Order: sequence, then structure tokens, then C-alpha cells
Amino acid sequence: MIAPPKPDLVTVNIDGREIAVPKGTNVIEAARLVNVDVPHYCYHPKLTIVGNCRMCLIEMGMPAVDPATKAPIIDPVTGKPKINWIPRPQIGCGTNVSPGLHVKTTSPMVKDAREGVMEFLLINHPLDCPICDQAGECKLQEQSTGYGRGYSRFVEQKNVKPKRTQLGPRVTLDDERCILCSRCIRFSKEIAKDDVLGFVDRGSYSTLTCFPGKQLANNYSLNTVDICPVGALTSTDFRFKMRVWFLKQTNSIDTETSVGANTVVWSREGQIYRLTPRRNDDVNDTWMPDSGRELFKAVMAADRLVATTHLDALVAQAAELFKMNASAGAIAVVGSGRSSVEEQFLTKKLAAALKASTQLVSRVGQGDQLLISADRNPNVRGALVTGLISKLPKVGDATPLSRSTKGAVAAPIRTGGLTDLAASIDAGKVKVVVSIGEDLIAAGLTAAQLANVSVVYLGTHANATSAAAKIVFPTLSVFEKNGTFVNQQFRLQKFAKAVPGPQGATDDLIVLAKLTAAASSAPMASDLGSLWTLISAEVPAFAMTSYAQVPETGLLIDATPFAALPFVEGETLHFKPAAAAVALDS
Amino acid sequence: MAAPAQRRIIFQHIDEPGYSNDLACYVRNGGYEVLKKSVTRPPAELIDEVKKSGLRGRGGAGFPCGVKWGLVDRKSGKPIYLIVNADESEPGTFKDRYIMHQDPHQLIEGTMISCFANNVKQAYIYIRGEMPHGARILERAIAEARAAGFVGKNICGTTYSCDIFVHRGAGAYICGEETGLIESLEGKRANPRIKPPYFPAVLGLYQCPTIVNNVETLCHVKYIVEHGGDAFTKVGTPNNTGTRIFCVSGHVQRPGYYEFEAGKITMGQLLYEVCGGPLPGRTFKAVIPGGSSAKILRFGERFKGKRKVGAEMVDYDWGVEDVPMDFDSLGMIGTMGGSGGVIVMDDTVNMVEALANINAFYSHESCGQCTPCREGSLWMKKITTRMVHGQARNEDAALLKSVADQIPGRTICAFGEACSWPTQSFIAKFGDEFKQYPETKKAAKPVGAHELV
Amino acid sequence: MNLKPATLHSIDEVITHYPVKRSATLPLLHLIQEDVGYLPPETCEWVAAKLELQPINVLEVITFYPMFRQKPIGRRHIKVCRTLSCALLGGYKTCEQFEKEFNTHRGEVSPGGEVTIDFVECLASCGTAPVVLIDDDLHEKVDCAKAKQLSDQIKAEAKKR
Ligand SMILES: Cc1cc2nc3c(=O)[nH]c(=O)nc-3n(C[C@H](O)[C@H](O)[C@H](O)COP(=O)(O)O)c2cc1C
Ligand code: SF4
Ligand code: SF4
Ligand code: FES
Ligand code: FES
Repeated sequence: MIAPPKPDLVTVNIDGREIAVPKGTNVIEAARLVNVDVPHYCYHPKLTIVGNCRMCLIEMGMPAVDPATKAPIIDPVTGKPKINWIPRPQIGCGTNVSPGLHVKTTSPMVKDAREGVMEFLLINHPLDCPICDQAGECKLQEQSTGYGRGYSRFVEQKNVKPKRTQLGPRVTLDDERCILCSRCIRFSKEIAKDDVLGFVDRGSYSTLTCFPGKQLANNYSLNTVDICPVGALTSTDFRFKMRVWFLKQTNSIDTETSVGANTVVWSREGQIYRLTPRRNDDVNDTWMPDSGRELFKAVMAADRLVATTHLDALVAQAAELFKMNASAGAIAVVGSGRSSVEEQFLTKKLAAALKASTQLVSRVGQGDQLLISADRNPNVRGALVTGLISKLPKVGDATPLSRSTKGAVAAPIRTGGLTDLAASIDAGKVKVVVSIGEDLIAAGLTAAQLANVSVVYLGTHANATSAAAKIVFPTLSVFEKNGTFVNQQFRLQKFAKAVPGPQGATDDLIVLAKLTAAASSAPMASDLGSLWTLISAEVPAFAMTSYAQVPETGLLIDATPFAALPFVEGETLHFKPAAAAVALDS
Repeated sequence: MAAPAQRRIIFQHIDEPGYSNDLACYVRNGGYEVLKKSVTRPPAELIDEVKKSGLRGRGGAGFPCGVKWGLVDRKSGKPIYLIVNADESEPGTFKDRYIMHQDPHQLIEGTMISCFANNVKQAYIYIRGEMPHGARILERAIAEARAAGFVGKNICGTTYSCDIFVHRGAGAYICGEETGLIESLEGKRANPRIKPPYFPAVLGLYQCPTIVNNVETLCHVKYIVEHGGDAFTKVGTPNNTGTRIFCVSGHVQRPGYYEFEAGKITMGQLLYEVCGGPLPGRTFKAVIPGGSSAKILRFGERFKGKRKVGAEMVDYDWGVEDVPMDFDSLGMIGTMGGSGGVIVMDDTVNMVEALANINAFYSHESCGQCTPCREGSLWMKKITTRMVHGQARNEDAALLKSVADQIPGRTICAFGEACSWPTQSFIAKFGDEFKQYPETKKAAKPVGAHELV
Repeated sequence: MNLKPATLHSIDEVITHYPVKRSATLPLLHLIQEDVGYLPPETCEWVAAKLELQPINVLEVITFYPMFRQKPIGRRHIKVCRTLSCALLGGYKTCEQFEKEFNTHRGEVSPGGEVTIDFVECLASCGTAPVVLIDDDLHEKVDCAKAKQLSDQIKAEAKKR
């Protein structure tokens, strides 16, 4: 990784504390660096600054200079430079630091300004809080406790606006709660490039609206719910399901594509209620696709695989099968770009012990130039880095993809990459196929081909392959285990276990380790700590790494050995394909 | 002391019998001669004349025009735009209307001189939507001027080219605020922009350097370039140079527009002598001196302090009648000259009702972007309307003041001041009337009083 | 949208006044309103297509500016000034007089569709208060008597049609 150039630093003084911050930082962010909270509504670090809520008002001053000599004037009483304080409060969001800037965030002027803004925001706000879904996450509620006056002087009629408008398939709007901060409008225009939201009418009667006849239906619509500071925009799905303060948060990764958007899993007592984005300025900023938020629903699906036979009995059956097909090439291992790095590493060990060929199933769809990339496997790069595969899996179907548009609903995904395996089965060479969670039928094998081999299947859900398999190991979903993926930028990213797996399902690593041990008659580690000792010893790109060292925002690893490979991805939010790459979707 | 005579510079031909708004008439009266001469002079020299003149903007803020031109970013490589602010929407103001309807070529000549001085290639006249005839008259006048080589390509035979287009507003007061105007001209809601970073002189129309000047201001530029900046400083008083057009409305015998040298006439002279005093049987009660957002003055109150006269500081002790009508004197007594709109109220007016009328205006016109103005202006309106039409409470005066105090200085644009100053000043000057209103309401209205809200 | 050829011509011309097409939003809305009498529902999409915008951009503008209307109005549009200088000289009575004359309320179309009366903000002619804008024409010092006279005139003209 190339270190970013050192930004120009500017020294500022916030509530009496000096701090050096990069040029171009605004006062809200500068204050954050010294743990000073500047309350705000309309400001969002990833959207343009409009300065409309006026909640972030601060007091500001600059050192006085002698007009003749330009030398700073020293206050004779304190011996410190004299500060010329501006008599009116200024907005922190729209004020960038400059050398010597002094800021007060707790002065009577600031306190008074905040109280005023809070009162104004509340006078026309409905008394919905006890039944509002935003409770617990409402910036208005939080800040009225922190910065408000705590009593009402408003005896007039409140404005009446539309309630419970369905803005699109996933987002519900309550206009009376809207504080007109325009975050959702700016997001739709600037990030999702789906300019359908706007204000109609004027003044206090301004009302957020989706253009009549259109819908807020793009694949990023739920981000507006995340950034709405109040309960005006809510998730139709999550509405009223659970009070957020009961929920536990676990860091995870969106497995939809090789972008690897960082996420948070919200769960309680083993049940997941929602997925939200987790800020990573190098990957997904503060956003994630709507489609990725649905993925947890599969965890509870009725077709989840669970074992009725004891794990060791299943391993013994597999060992038997392996023994009967010990000649080189009789067994094929179908690895997965959905497996974690650790699982791929063990898959490679297993294949080596079985003298098996290895292949990966490819999944390619249309990218949206934002957070959906063309490669719909989260971890093909991991398979390359661990050496599970040495070249990219073939794309399933060679019809050219049309140019993608941002935020567009994804086109169907083409799955494939098993043509060599199919040929080997037809030639009668392969007798056993070990599939790591991949539905071989969906990946292009025929039912007849499957019938000609014995299948060992590790997976979470029932499908044609599990139905045809001789031995089935029920395993865990990404929400039920720990591990890492390598995303399209060659960024190693961690995900963590949010909920326990179902009874009768086993962590993939344990199954893989037991199978490898059975095949090689040598013990194999299955815990992440021991595995990473092996991984860093054997995998050059991970030489200096251990699992514990991977930061929550990920770790870029050396990609040069793979630079010439024709990856399928086009440009996404924080990714540009290398020149050599064949970008199918752009 | 007798009022001075009017000094009609800008309004020289307004209401002049036989004077028409076509090019021929304008040229007959010496029109476009100043432009012809200007385009042979170095532009910097013209800017210098304006700087020397001390001309202050006539749109409301009174900002020195030469200083404004000096702030324009001329190094950006981007085109420079000039916008004529012809939105004339501050209640009580009605001067630009007459220039545009009766003497449009004066504005066009002033605009073209200003464009040449500032190397502007495209100018727009943003005229309020409720002046459809004005827009047509301007369009026709521009077409005439274009045909005669005063606008458009190769002005007066030089290599300098600059066009003017008329752009109509559609009934929103906030389009008078210069950055709201720019947004509106860009085809958007007229939401004023945050400054920094969007100072028109640097990031104005289409993010290019932009000059926004009032109609009357640009007419003064023509006069200044014709007679020289120094000559202009001889008109009016120091720091308040040139003439001012006063638009007097409300309860006087002769409402209308009057042009005087700035600072040479007092409020009393203007209202009693020029405008004929109060209506029969009435007395003056209050006056708003610079458009409805200016702070109100109460007849009978006194203003004391020290002021600069020449090099000396002298004491002053003024009643409302004694105040010279210029930016600085009006500023000194806590109000402003603003746009020159003088609204007079006599003893039939109840101040609660007058404020309710004003508050209805501002709450209707707030763009709604920023919280204090959006919510505060409507809250104040709701309170004053309730006082008049519903229940009035003793504590409403204090509440109104406190709401108004939470607005100015905290908003994106100066509308925050515009909408709160009336309430602040009405309560400060007529607080007793607000407190008594629950009783006043029950009594009969004075004869001749009109419904105000 | 069914616009007159002259309107379409003006629309194409006015777009050339600006380096950025979006600037022509207000001019286009004025032209359409003058042609049709109001802004019919398809306006947003039509203008958006013409100026390469999104329809919501146009709707936001239409609803911001009081002069734009999304519903038909009466044949004549009477705008009475409501603001202080006019009110001080009887603007409210003037408005009521018109309402009485046409048996209607501000903001509504009169029975028979002859007029729409609106109570609007300052028309920048405060020195001749109370003022009234009837269609494009300003009428000054409109007290109740003059309001009646203007109403009679409108009624007479209506009869002639
Ligand atoms: C709320 C508000 C309304 C305004 N309305 C007008 C107006 O109608 N006409 C005008 O010329 N200036 C108006 N201004 C002042 C303009 O913002 C700007 O200062 C002026 O056009 C500059 O021209 P000048 O320097 O020639 O006065 C308004 C300002 C504010 C804050
Ligand atoms: S709906 Fe929420 S995000 Fe959108 S403007 Fe209103 S308060 Fe802001
Ligand atoms: S002060 Fe009022 S008019 Fe100005 S930007 Fe804020 S809300 Fe709009
Ligand atoms: S955060 Fe809204 S004005 Fe700064
Ligand atoms: S108040 Fe009516 S025209 Fe100004």
C-alpha cells in the first residue's frame, strides 16, 4: 500500500484545546477529533454542505493582528494572543479550519443558539415519540435532552402534513416529523443518482415528496432511512418490529459482491432484525445496497440444512468415500468465492490431501458503479491469495453485458465456471465431487452428470445438489461465524459471529478441518488463531498478518502478483479496475 | 426649516409629460452618450470613478458599489456575470418600477457601462413576476438598443460585446436576496446560499464571479461616469453621496416618490412638508423608514448621542422628525435607510394589528430552508394573528420578543433579520400597546381604522 | 402537451438565453402558463425532458413560486395587494368588495368561472395604495367604489362575449 501524502495540517483551538487538523476539515470534524460534540442535523460527511438546520452554530474567533506590523496582538492580562471573537454564531459544518482559528462550543451564545434551534424544530413536530420507530436513534430526541430548554411555550396549532406515505417499496415517510434537513434529497441526487425526492411548497409548509408517479425504489433507498436524523423516513420492513436499544450490534461484511461493504448486524437473542451500513471511507463510505440488507432473512429460512446424524459419523462416511477414490484426480473439489479466507485455506489443504483438482464457481452480474460490482462472489481474491485457485474462474455465459447504470436494479446473475469439471465427469475420470456450499446444478452441471458421481456437500440451505448428495454437512451462514474476506481492492476484511447457528449445523472450519484430518491422517487446526499461524506462514501476502491484527476497516494486501488477471469488475465507489482488467460491466 | 427642493437625477424624466420609454426619446434627451464615451476609456478608470463616488447600493444593504466591484474574482478565467436586481419586493418600495416602466434605457445604459467596466459578457435583468408590462418594456427597449449597437455585439462599434436578457421571477420575495436570486435564475427554488463559500463575487451564477446590483444603483453609475466620481460626492452628504429616492406610503396626504440629496432632508421635512403631513384629523404615530423590515420609529421618542460632523464629534438630540434621511443617521438611531420605502402609520393604527400584517408577509415569504427563519417567522405570525382574531394574552409580548430574538444572526440570509426586526422593534417601541391589547380589542376601533390582518 | 406553435417557438428561443438549460425553467413555466392558462399535470415531465432535468426539479420550482398554478383559474385574475401599505388604506375592504361582487372567496374560482381573486403580497406600488393587478394591468387607489367599478367593467365585458 502506498502511504497517502501527508495532508497540510492547520492548528486550531477548540474550547481551549489546541489541535492540528488537516486543511479543509470543517469545525464539526475538527471538534470530533478532540471529542467535542457539535450537534448537527443537515451536515453529513458524505453529502454536500447546505447549512440549513443551524444546529451546529458555534462561536468563532481569529487572533487579532496589528494592522501595521501584521504581528499578533498579545492580551496584556493573559499574556496570550488576543482573539477577535465574531459577534454572531457561525455554522460549524460550513466553516473550514484556518490557522489560528478559535472555537467555543459551550459559550452562552452557543447554548442560547442551540436552545433556540431546538425549540423551533420542536414546535411543529408531532407528539409521536412514544410510538415513533426512530426512538433510541432520534437525533431530535437526543439533542432536545442535551441542548433543549425542556418546556414548551408553543400554544398555537401545529402544521398538518401527510403521514405514513409509502415513498417506495421499502421506505415510509411521515412528513410531520420531517425537519427539512434535505439529507435524503441530497443522497438521492448525489449518491444514488436517482433524483426523485424534493420539497414542495415553501416556508414552514415545505413538504418532502417523491415525484408523483415515481417511487423511491432504487437499490439504495434504505440509506435515506439511515441518514434521516428523525423518524420521518423509516424502513417499512423494520418498522415497529423492535426497539433498537434492545439490539446487539456485530460487525459484518455484505457478501453480495466483491465490494465488501462494511455492515452492522442488529440482533437480539439469536435473532437478526436488520443490517445497516458501517462507515468505511475506503470502501462503502456510509452506504450499503438495499439488497444486501435482506440477506439475513435466509438465516431463518425453512430450507436450512440441519444434521440428524452425528458429525463424526458423517466424517467417517466421507473418509470411507475418500479412501475408495484415492487415485489422483478421482476426487474434485469445488471451492467457493463465498467462503472465507480461512475456509478457502482449509479447502486447499483438503484438496491437496485428496489429490483433488480445485475449481471455483463464478458469479457475474451487472455492476452499478456504486456498491454492487460485477463479481457477485465476495471472496474470489481470497481464493487466489490462498492459492486455492491460480486463475480466475470462467464466466458462466459469454453474452456481453450491457453498460450499467448507477443504482439500477441488478440484472440476473450468471453462475458457472465448471465446464472442465463437467468434461472430466463425462470422461469418467472424476468419481467424487466435494462441493463447498455451491449448488452444482445452478453452476452448470447437469443432473445426469451429478448422478454419475458421489457428492459430498457442505452447505447452509437445501438445493438440488444437497438433494443429490451422498453426504451432507450442514454448515453456518456468514452471520453465524467469524472470518475474513478479501474484497476487490485486495482489502482483507473481518466479519464476526452475530448469532449462533441452528442446532445440527457446524462451523465450516470444523468440518473442513475434520475432513482434511481424515484425508491426511494428520490433525488440522480449526480455530482462527491457530489457522492464522499457518496462513501467515504459508501465504506470502499474509506473511506479516494475524487475524487479531486486521483492523475493523480492513487491511490492504499486496496485489501485485495478480495485477495482470482479467478481473470482471468495472468501477465502483472506491474502486477503479486496473487498465489490464477486462471490465465486463463498463 | 423649509425642506430643500427635490434633486431629480435618477427620476429626472419620470412623469415628465411627453417623455416616452422608447429609444428615440431617450436619445433625443442625450441618451447613450455616456456609454459611447465610456467604451473608449480604460475599464479600470470607470471602476475608479465608481469607487471615488462613494456610491452605496440602493437595494437595501447600502454596500459601497465600488468595493463590491473590487471583490470580483477576475483571475478565475471564468466569465463574469452581472445581474440587475429588479425584484423590487421589499414592502414599501416602489422606485425601480418607475425607472423600468418609464425610463428603461437609463437602466440599460447604466447596465452596459457597468458591464463594460467589469468585462461582463452577459447580463440578466431579474424582474419580479408581477411586472409583466415592465418585462415587455425592458425587452423592447433592449431590442431597440441592440439594433442601435448599444447592446449585444460590438457595442458602439468597438470589439466589446455584451448581451442583456430579461428574466422574470414568479412571486417570491426571497428572489430579491442576491443568492436566492441567483438560484432562481439557475432555474431552482430561490433558496439563498451559504456564505462562505458562495459569495457572488467569487462563486455566483453558474459558480462564476457575479455582480448583483439594484436597478437604481446602476442608474447612479451612469450619472457617476458622466459627471465623475468626485462630482457625485458633492451631491448628498459625506459617506451618503448622491440622491436618494424616498417611496412614501401609508397615512400621509401625498404619498409617492421623491428624490432628494441624501442626508439633506429630515424625516419631518419629508413627511410634513413634502408629503403634506397626516391625513385630516390624524396625527403621526409611527414610521418605518426603509422598507418593512427596517425597525420602526415611534413619534415622540428621542435619540441622543454623539455623531461626526466634518472632523468633529457633536451631540445630537433628535426626535423622529429631526433625523436626516441617510444611511448613517438612520443606522445611528437603530434602524436603516434600506430600500428607501417609508411607511407611515397614524393614530388610527393598532400596532399589534400592523405587526400581524407584517408577520403574515414574512412567514409567507420565508424560503423555508433554515430552521430559525422558517419556524420563527411562522410562529410570530401565528401569535400575532391569534392575538387579533383569537385570544390575546398578556404574556404574548414577551413571548414574541423572545421568539424574534432567536432568529437574527443565526440564519443563512438576511431574511432572518428582515423578519425579526419588525417584531423586535414593535415590541421595544410599543410594548405597552401589546400588553394592553387584550383590553384594547374589546373597545371600539378608532374611526377610520382599517382591518390589517 | 398541446402548445401553440408560437409558444413552442418562444420556448426554443428562450433556452438560448442561458449557458445552462436549467435556467430556462421559470421562463418555460411562464410561457406554458400563458398558453394553457395554468400548468397542467404533464408540465413537470415535459419541461424536465426539454431541459434535461428530473421532473421533481420542476415540481419543486412550481410549488415554490406563488405565481405558478397547477389548477385552472377564472377567465380574469384579480390580485389584490394584502401587504401593509395597502392594508393601511383599506386593502382588506377592497378584497372583500371584489369577493362580494363576484360571489366568491379569495383563492377560488367564482361561480361561472369569470374570475379568480387572490390576496397577494406587496406589488411594489405602495404609493398608490390600495392596488390591484387584474391580469397584467395594475390598478391604483382601488377603494371599494373603484373595486365596484372595475367589477362592473369585468362583468360588462363578460356579457359581451
Ligand atoms: C430578504 C431580502 C430581500 C431583498 N430584496 C431586494 C430587492 O427586492 N431588490 C434589491 O435590489 N435588493 C434586494 N435585496 C438586497 C440584495 O440582496 C442585494 O444586496 C442587492 O441587490 C445588491 O445591490 P446594491 O448593492 O446595488 O444595493 C434583498 C435582500 C434581502 C436579504
Ligand atoms: S425526511 Fe428526514 S432526511 Fe429527509 S429532509 Fe426530512 S428530516 Fe431530513
Ligand atoms: S433566512 Fe429565511 S429566507 Fe433566508 S435562507 Fe433561511 S429560511 Fe430562507
Ligand atoms: S449541521 Fe445543519 S447547519 Fe450545520
Ligand atoms: S403594500 Fe400594496 S403595493 Fe406595496
